[in-house]
Amino acid sequence: MATYEPVLLANIGRENSHTREVYEQTGGYQALRKSLAMSQLDVTEQVKQSGLRGRGGAGFPTGLKWTFLPKDHPGPIYFCLNADESEPGTFNNRILMEDDPHQVIEGLIISCYATRATTAYIYLRFEYPKAYRRLQAAIDECYAAGYLGQNILGSGYSLDIYLHRGAAAYICGEETGLIESLEGKRAWPRIKPPFPAVEGAFRKPTVVNNVETAACVRHIMEKGVEWFRGMGVQPDPSNPRDPGSLGPKLYCLSGHVERPGCYEAPLGITVRQLIDEYGGGVWKGRQAKAVVPGGISMGLLGPDELDCPLDFAGPGKYGCLGLGTAAVVVMDDTVSIVDYLHNSARFFAHESCGQCTPCREGTSWALKILSRIKAGRGRLIDLQLLLEIGDGIGIIPGSTICGLSDGAAWPLKNAIRKFRGEFEEYIRKSNPSGYNNTEPVPAMPMESVH
Amino acid sequence: MSTERVLTDQMVAEIKAYFPRYPNRQAVTLPALHIVNEHLRHVPLQAVVEVAELLGLAPAQVQDTLSFYGFFKQDAPGGETRAWVCRSLSCALRGGEEVLEHMCKRLGVRPGETTADGKLTLEFGECLGACEYAPCMLAGEELHTCLDESTADKFIDSMRSSS
Ligand SMILES: Cc1cc2nc3c(=O)[nH]c(=O)nc-3n(C[C@H](O)[C@H](O)[C@H](O)COP(=O)(O)O)c2cc1C
Ligand code: SF4
Ligand code: FES
Repeated sequence: MATYEPVLLANIGRENSHTREVYEQTGGYQALRKSLAMSQLDVTEQVKQSGLRGRGGAGFPTGLKWTFLPKDHPGPIYFCLNADESEPGTFNNRILMEDDPHQVIEGLIISCYATRATTAYIYLRFEYPKAYRRLQAAIDECYAAGYLGQNILGSGYSLDIYLHRGAAAYICGEETGLIESLEGKRAWPRIKPPFPAVEGAFRKPTVVNNVETAACVRHIMEKGVEWFRGMGVQPDPSNPRDPGSLGPKLYCLSGHVERPGCYEAPLGITVRQLIDEYGGGVWKGRQAKAVVPGGISMGLLGPDELDCPLDFAGPGKYGCLGLGTAAVVVMDDTVSIVDYLHNSARFFAHESCGQCTPCREGTSWALKILSRIKAGRGRLIDLQLLLEIGDGIGIIPGSTICGLSDGAAWPLKNAIRKFRGEFEEYIRKSNPSGYNNTEPVPAMPMESVH
Repeated sequence: MSTERVLTDQMVAEIKAYFPRYPNRQAVTLPALHIVNEHLRHVPLQAVVEVAELLGLAPAQVQDTLSFYGFFKQDAPGGETRAWVCRSLSCALRGGEEVLEHMCKRLGVRPGETTADGKLTLEFGECLGACEYAPCMLAGEELHTCLDESTADKFIDSMRSSS
């Protein structure tokens, strides 16, 4: 930790870090000049060689995604920067956009150049008004400086960037939901294939990348492939398909820790390191009872799983969905896992777009059951029902269109399997006479989800 | 239903300024709804009809999009300020739901409702992307951080005394 100098967060905290003037004092827009002097294919190749994997949640190799664009397409090609950041626990994109918007824009311009995109939309969640102002100001400064618009820095390459604001719906972060929303429709994710690279926004080839991914691109072009590959977890030599987990990562830490915040470290630090070395430990001298490893969609780690490494492969080894957004939420030993799971289920029932029946019905049934358990009317058999929902919904079992339902499933599966004793005890104590009831129970008045 | 036009010339001009950004007009739906909402604090059905006309769409297409996003109210204008109190996990762990309940009690509203003086619409929000400041609230364009009952009270008092 002591030896690592932040790169993505290097400017954060400097006075007027959001202005072009300050950004350029620390080498800003040199990576753009360098990239524009290279061929578009060479830029793509450099990003591919770096091993950069998308920071938005799925971890797909960025350079590889770019090569899926059809060759010799007459255009236009669109680029969508995914700034919808709504995964509970996640706030690193906000910090980048508010306090270092030029870093994001420079990475975006380079990414657009590499992919031959001529129009980019930054899809920004509505709840980021400050990021909206800062990004718009940065874009205006770029047009004035010749970094955007026609014939950028005399390179012959032209690009426009527009901000597009969402309207408070988590599903707009899913890349095809984002595209539908951008097109002015309800944000119903599309069945894939075709993938956006082939047919995306306005039925044209489209790249969707996360804000932090773009910021990484800027540094890869400035500092080179070796620098990026020099940190993180190297690919497993015995598995030729493993891209490893390379480069720096922004970890979000919140919940019951002494110092919540966004911390930059090479990929692969453990949950325990993040909590203790960066976050000052669990608050009030307490112990961690459970930890969300990467945004609530990724599931839950138990107290004996804190050595889980936070790289793309780490949380999967502990039964979680994956690294997700690397947003870690810590729960101390006073937290009820029933409350945690109810909170998570409420989120997904609220945010399911309603398109697929297993997700729409499954998320709302999970919430109904958990509300009933919480209110002291749970039955042992309810745990079985919740697991059936958890095992049945998602792209991974193959019953739904997008990954929101996998995100809804993992908390159910992890919490009930890893904390089964606590659920049973809660039900037994709060509803002794109904514990073994297997008859249908009358529905409870529904709490407001929407 | 009233057929009086609700979109002012200014709103129409603001909406039209978005046309060159997109390859078709349907993509201007969300920007247009935001523009109407900023001016009227809701998007009545008549505005939907007029937006559709501007964008060359059926009113049902605009209405369909609008209704997908819980964000836009249609029946009546919301309060002068709209405040979202986060209820997602990181905030809930640090007392967010209690703060929301406290504010509801003090204001005499349920989440989603507007105070009688029309000054404030209080809502719950899902993760506002500011979890390091949990529990938090976005009121208008301002983020209120590390809330507790007393800071929430101060916010309510400042709303009430605002003219
Ligand atoms: C329900 C759901 C919500 C998502 N939300 C976001 C988001 O807010 N931001 C984001 O960058 N990616 C989000 N993603 C992942 C995107 O679909 C996509 O993988 C990502 O934007 C690609 O960018 P990257 O390759 O740079 O990570 C979400 C995925 C799902 C299934
Ligand atoms: S899985 Fe859920 S959120 Fe995703 S498309 Fe289906 S219903 Fe919508
Ligand atoms: S959980 Fe409240 S801001 Fe993220």
